[in-house]
Amino acid sequence: MTIGDIAKLLDCEVLCCADRLDSEVHTACGSDMMSDVLAFVKDQAVLLTGLLNSQVVRTSEMMDIICIVFVRGKKPDESVVKLAGEKNISILSTSSRMFEACGILYENGLRGGS
Amino acid sequence: MSVLQLHYDVPGDDFTRAGEASSAIKNKLKQMGIAPDAIRNVAIATYEGEINMVIHANGGTIDVTIDADSVSLVLRDTGAGIPDVELAMREGYTTAKEEIRALGFGAGMGLPNMKKYTDEFELKSEVGKGTEVRMKVFLKK
Repeated sequence: MTIGDIAKLLDCEVLCCADRLDSEVHTACGSDMMSDVLAFVKDQAVLLTGLLNSQVVRTSEMMDIICIVFVRGKKPDESVVKLAGEKNISILSTSSRMFEACGILYENGLRGGS
Repeated sequence: MSVLQLHYDVPGDDFTRAGEASSAIKNKLKQMGIAPDAIRNVAIATYEGEINMVIHANGGTIDVTIDADSVSLVLRDTGAGIPDVELAMREGYTTAKEEIRALGFGAGMGLPNMKKYTDEFELKSEVGKGTEVRMKVFLKK
């Protein structure tokens, strides 16, 4: 699956790095707790979250996550989007809720990874 | 390979800037061609440390020494210190306030995580004086 496929499946607005929609992703995680992302995530390329601050981007950077999907219709402010742009991390926003968004992506082949 | 030393100041008053030092360290290690697994371990350890410094200690410093075999990290702050280190090392134990948890941190995983992702971990803390964390990540050949 590509980041572009995620955008289509979840009917996302692409807020950043639209030029990277062809990037392949195979694994994802969903969490509002960045502490847990740092503690339990390994080799996931996509983070689904409802948390909006800049540390979502920082955490993703540390974990080599290349795409953040903000769920429940949330959109981060401009400074967060700008930071993601500097780190080449795609930002998508979907009106789907967390459970629904994860379910749709899982159904279409994205997995939790190791 | 010669030894490279880096020093970073972590400002204590700005949560949005927490992670800048870790980001700079990560980029430096990438430029040096260090293995991705080792880079991620260093990144997580320094980032958790930075977040701790901002949440609990009003900032601090990070010193990084990179040689052919390892990346050594020394994190220092002059914060309140940790009264019970054994308790602080326990997964899930946290003294972070609800407002920190609302920011996505304070799950009590910071220190355990730093230990988990590094090959050597040593924490010294004195109440009222501050905390020093020394960590090492070995670079596998």
